[in-house]
Amino acid sequence: MTDKLVHGFFFVNGMISVVVLLGIFALLVYTSFPAFQEVNIWEFLTGKTWNPTSYYKAVYGIVPMLVSTFMVTIGALVIAIPLGIGTAAYLSDVASPRKREIIKPIVEILAGIPSVVVGFLGIVVVGPVIAKVFGLPNGLNALNGSVLLAVMALPTIISISEDALNNVPKSYDHASLALGASKWQTVVKVKLPAAMSGIIAACMLGMGRAIGETMTVLMATGCAPAMPDSIMGSVRTLTSSIAIELGEVAYNTTHYYALFALGLVLFILTFVINLISDLVLHKYEKVNR
Amino acid sequence: MKKILAFAAIGICFALQTATADAAKMLQIKGSDTLINLVQRLAEVYMEENPGKYIAVTGGGSGTGVAAMINNKCDIANSSRLMKPKELKLAADNGVTAHRVVIAMDGLSVITNPSLGVDKLTVDQIGALFRGEITNWKDIGGPDRKVTLYGRQSNSGTYVYFQDYILKGDYSQKMNRMNGNAQIVEGVKADPGGIGYVGVGYVKEANGLTVVSVAAKAGAEYASPLNSADVKSGKYPIARPLNQYINGNPTGAVREFLEYELSPAGQRVVEEEGFFPIPQEYKEYNKKAGL
Repeated sequence: MTDKLVHGFFFVNGMISVVVLLGIFALLVYTSFPAFQEVNIWEFLTGKTWNPTSYYKAVYGIVPMLVSTFMVTIGALVIAIPLGIGTAAYLSDVASPRKREIIKPIVEILAGIPSVVVGFLGIVVVGPVIAKVFGLPNGLNALNGSVLLAVMALPTIISISEDALNNVPKSYDHASLALGASKWQTVVKVKLPAAMSGIIAACMLGMGRAIGETMTVLMATGCAPAMPDSIMGSVRTLTSSIAIELGEVAYNTTHYYALFALGLVLFILTFVINLISDLVLHKYEKVNR
Repeated sequence: MKKILAFAAIGICFALQTATADAAKMLQIKGSDTLINLVQRLAEVYMEENPGKYIAVTGGGSGTGVAAMINNKCDIANSSRLMKPKELKLAADNGVTAHRVVIAMDGLSVITNPSLGVDKLTVDQIGALFRGEITNWKDIGGPDRKVTLYGRQSNSGTYVYFQDYILKGDYSQKMNRMNGNAQIVEGVKADPGGIGYVGVGYVKEANGLTVVSVAAKAGAEYASPLNSADVKSGKYPIARPLNQYINGNPTGAVREFLEYELSPAGQRVVEEEGFFPIPQEYKEYNKKAGL
């Protein structure tokens, strides 16, 4: 009897998150649907101008925002992946236990820095440095956002990659070392490939973190809605557009529904990324069993 | 240990209780980022002189304040633009009759980076710059340098006012959308090709900026927003009233605070903050609203 109750209790708990997820998805679909009664869905997905508060006629095209989002995210990954994997390998295989005890908590604290603080640093520190180094008039650009998002994605990438490296059976290490390989060769040629799917999953999760981040990019990237011309130009991501415009939009207007449609696009993007990382992780679990 | 915890719990309960009691009689003011420093200062002075009164002033932009007024989520909404007919109707649907009170005048200031040496512009030129039609400073007598535009995000009343009265068109898609007046000031200061617009209260003591003198059209006289006589007389072409919206005829605490704002003492604070006192025409307007 108690067994059944306990079973039921955990079942309900497990179901709640599923129900919440489905509920969010349903709400997004339901609320963004009216937007497409006035906006052509094809124009929405391929339009190169987003200007709902136009003096003449409101235009809804999300391409510049998609480009901005990917630009900032890929930039962040280019910076964060080498750094993250390097740190993970250092923590799992090189650092003495004492050093690991110090560095690991520091990496974890990094994850706890509020995004608004990171964005502030982007305005007062990273921006001016970028402007100086590249001789630009200002540092509010995609590169600034990428650097900041890299910092924010690092803890995720480091922690999960390190777990993956630690999960490589010790016998791999021993075999490699017994064959006369050096410590460096063992890490690079044996452990990293063995943990590769875990590391890829870590990077995908880091990417999900970067795509969804709002406050930091809102503060540090200038937010001009034009199609970005280079990584040194101002960009405006999906998330910052929603954050900027949802505060002032009149409820139940096309603009309001269009913002929910942006949310839906973002939801689908992060969902696909998480799905892929999950599939990769599963593959990795099977290999090691 | 248990005792300490119990005391802590009791303490928290008391704190919560007094906090909610205060919230009940606390005046909530919300909205314009241009007005926030001014109204915060007014509230501080007012609370000093009237112990036991509490006023909370928050920003977010005029659009945020207007939205809060429509949804009856604040007592006073600060707005640097007028409420649109559509918004008034939305408010009426929610049972809110929005009344407008003018509390100060703003000489909306156009600022440029001093290294440009551009200190005079016509309204047409400013419009063309922000519409993105002029992209290099040499086209209007400056050095050969790219123009970087700094403006507000669309929840800003200044954004809407500037669009309706100066641009009469769309903002350049390349304009940087900053989070508030202070960020625009910082951006223009640091950017050798920068131009932006902010409320006059933000440039009063700003060093490292050129405050542009503006002429209504080519050939007309240039006037500076820093010269209060020009703003009051309307010679400065982008002077605008700064408004507060209230629900219905003001009574009680709301009325007392509004009366203070419009009193000579309140208007002195307005001037100290870099804005300008209300001229006769708006005094008459406020009288009609019962103040």
